[in-house]
Amino acid sequence: MTKLIIDGKEIEVPPEYTVLQACEAAGAEIPRFCFHERLSIAGNCRMCLVELVGSPKPVASCAWGVRDCRPGPKGEPPEIKTRSPMVRKAREGVMEFLLINHPLDCPICDQGGECDLQDQAMAYGVDQSRFRENKRAVEDKYIGALVKTVMTRCIHCTRCIRFAAEVAGVPELGAIGRGEDMEITTYLEEAMTSELQGNVVDLCPVGALTSKPYAFSARPWELNKSESIDVMDALGSAIRIDTRGREVMRILPRVNGDINEEWISDKTRHVVDGLRMQRLDQPYLRENGRLRAASWSEAFAAIAGKLARANPKRVGALVGDLAAVEEVFALKDLMTRLGVVNFDCRQDGPMLDPRWGRASYIFNATIAGIDIADALLIVGANPRKEAAVLNARIRKRWRAAKNFPIGVIGPKMSLTYSYDYLGAGPETLSSIARHSFADALRQAERPLVLVGAQSLARPDGAAIAAFAAKAAVDLGAIKEGWNGFSVLHSAASRVGALDLGFVPGEGGLNAREMAAFGTLDVVFLLGADEIDIAPGAFAVYIGTHGDRGAARADVVLPGAAYPEKSAIYVNTEGRVQMATRASFPPGDAREDWAILRALSDVLGKRLPYDSLAVLRAALYQSYPHFRRNGAIAPGDAADVRRLAERGGALDKAPFREGVGDFYFTNPIARASMVMAECSALAQGRPAMKAAQ
Amino acid sequence: MSVRRLAEKQPSAFAFTAENLAWAKAQIAKYPLGRQRSAVIPLLWRAQQQCGGWLPQKAIEAVADMLGMAKIRALEVATFYTMFNLEPVGRFHVQLCGTTPCMLRGSEELKKALRRLIGKENRVSADGAFLWTEVECLGACVNAPMVQINADYYEDLTPETLTRIINDLSAGRTPKPGPQIDRCNSAPIGGESTLLDPSLYLGERRHPGEPLTDAEGKKSGEAANVHEAPMPRPPIANAPDPTRN
Repeated sequence: MTKLIIDGKEIEVPPEYTVLQACEAAGAEIPRFCFHERLSIAGNCRMCLVELVGSPKPVASCAWGVRDCRPGPKGEPPEIKTRSPMVRKAREGVMEFLLINHPLDCPICDQGGECDLQDQAMAYGVDQSRFRENKRAVEDKYIGALVKTVMTRCIHCTRCIRFAAEVAGVPELGAIGRGEDMEITTYLEEAMTSELQGNVVDLCPVGALTSKPYAFSARPWELNKSESIDVMDALGSAIRIDTRGREVMRILPRVNGDINEEWISDKTRHVVDGLRMQRLDQPYLRENGRLRAASWSEAFAAIAGKLARANPKRVGALVGDLAAVEEVFALKDLMTRLGVVNFDCRQDGPMLDPRWGRASYIFNATIAGIDIADALLIVGANPRKEAAVLNARIRKRWRAAKNFPIGVIGPKMSLTYSYDYLGAGPETLSSIARHSFADALRQAERPLVLVGAQSLARPDGAAIAAFAAKAAVDLGAIKEGWNGFSVLHSAASRVGALDLGFVPGEGGLNAREMAAFGTLDVVFLLGADEIDIAPGAFAVYIGTHGDRGAARADVVLPGAAYPEKSAIYVNTEGRVQMATRASFPPGDAREDWAILRALSDVLGKRLPYDSLAVLRAALYQSYPHFRRNGAIAPGDAADVRRLAERGGALDKAPFREGVGDFYFTNPIARASMVMAECSALAQGRPAMKAAQ
Repeated sequence: MSVRRLAEKQPSAFAFTAENLAWAKAQIAKYPLGRQRSAVIPLLWRAQQQCGGWLPQKAIEAVADMLGMAKIRALEVATFYTMFNLEPVGRFHVQLCGTTPCMLRGSEELKKALRRLIGKENRVSADGAFLWTEVECLGACVNAPMVQINADYYEDLTPETLTRIINDLSAGRTPKPGPQIDRCNSAPIGGESTLLDPSLYLGERRHPGEPLTDAEGKKSGEAANVHEAPMPRPPIANAPDPTRN
């Protein structure tokens, strides 16, 4: 520890701290533009100047190490002043230079009201300009469908460049030219390809990079901010949903060091317009092959009529990717009361079974655990597409470590880090112990075996899970204080539904069997859109969007999308998180649990909860771990050991890419024009222009 | 300096010649493993030489690919350094130094001459032979004013000597590079003018009187404000007649 005197207060900080960190530890606020905690230090904005007593000039605190501070003449600790007249004058000088070329267009700037430059100019700006020459003007650049540029406003902090190169791992942004003519751009104004590009908008301290789909739609002070949880992938990233009235205007990340740090993927951020389009706002009933608008009672009566004639053995229920725990609980409750055993939450079919124990289907190592893992084996997963933020975490670990061996079994893919390609299919997995890469895992203290849930969606999925668990056990990924067997899901609802045991009961049919022709008479689809139900069965779709599920359905019951309900989600780590309601479902749409409750009444099997609170009480009673918001009920390592012993016959077929189109993985994303434009760009098709 | 963009008309392909490729590989090999990108400047420079003095887009991309770096990183380098020309520069790229010493010694006159001989700045002349650019100090201040034409310096210029050089070049002759007046490199004009006393070199001379002590200090005498010689005439006019040699 090093002693410092900051603003007259003595403080001890670790010697590797920068002066800026030390000042913050001492409670002093340091203004900054270029410095960002999660990016490398650039030291080019000069806003963080402080006075280092004894130094003739102010020093940039972000780039000055505590180690480099000289002690006083009599060996006193180095003294730093953050509020002296010299500091104030220096910062005012910096601010004046920054403002020389910055346009005075705050009234038409989307950053207005949440602009670092605006805020800091309130503290350090002068109210008039001494600059009589022409201001610099810079051509705006096209850098993709999501980021709008007004480059005259750029103050050259280079945060966006550093983000693209370091965190996103796709070095597409750069600064061309020099001095006054320096310009931030992509190579020849090509669109950025990163799935995390939206984050540069948050990073930009001024209005140079703003959100293109959100351009000119609202001011920050008009918005209501609700803390929520993302459902676009299974990470459960912390998000903030900004609404005006009942309309969701935008989605921003919240800081959650355990999951998403402060990044979110573009799908999470820009799916907003998908929440408005294609929405189901009233019940529909299929008559003569066509869906017609109906009332709730008509719809319920139709379902009750069908169910009355159906054998419970020929009734089934499927849960989609975005469902929250409460409605899955209510659906399971209702189905059980009806005597139904055919239910499945694995619509894409991964062979994971909650009966194997919780450790067999969660990301045991935890996302934060990636930071301390020292070797990684990826089995049949593409983390970049299945969980872009997690991929950034892996990249962060890979960059920080001197040696972080990464092996991949599965299709060759472009991740943002280098890896050893071990093989394409299960036979490589079964013989991994003999592979040369196995030594890297064995030597590692905390090896991580990342298994893509989507790679288990095949007939031999259970055997693949068993062999992956065996690899984890054999290679030392299961040990005291470390469980490296980690399943990466891609559906937000999956772990919660598995926790609830929403899988076929005794003699029940699984999703694939239910979808087959002639097995069911009535099937309930709770937001299940990624599965084709064969003709014949009477399909009841409870969901939010007019997508595949609704198109197949005979009765459509309009539900609430994720911003429109307070709900519990369990992420791939098994972390229970509660989202708050930010908005309301459109039209006649209702929260899904309430629909099920109302339906149960019509069916004569009334569910015993009249409010969400009572439902949750019942939920907590049966499954106490849902009570602990933000916590993970850890899996038992013995489960993984038992899974490893299950063995099974492996197919020779190679793993295939789980996520076809990153931008189209769920009904909300498919309804979004912005996602469509991103998808077109990503596939090199000419992009349709999204409504701005 | 101004905003620099890639040229509008671009060749469709670029590849290093076999000789340059071997040279480039030798350059890359100089750097330790994982640091090959350090070779970007030499490679871009070689590419520029091969392309006739400017860098087409394909050349920048080829260098970036060769070094395994993002294209934007190579573009950053190419646009940062003004000696990388992003537009064709003609067969003879005339870089006129316009920084203070050259300006005082008459670079403005040279600029006028170049406008007359070649045309507007940064435009290739009609015959495709010349392009002139004003650049910052080229480090030949002793021989100001000067221009650099392709790799050669032409120094101690007057509008007349510059005209002759340009005319020679366009006629296919090769003018002599270096000072265009009667001097060797940066030696004094008209022969040596100082330290001529041979006794200096005999090792016998001593400083007259005792050395100063700290207390005395050094004071400027009256002579400090007196000009021994009349003010010199403007330098160009003072130069020997260039037509003489």
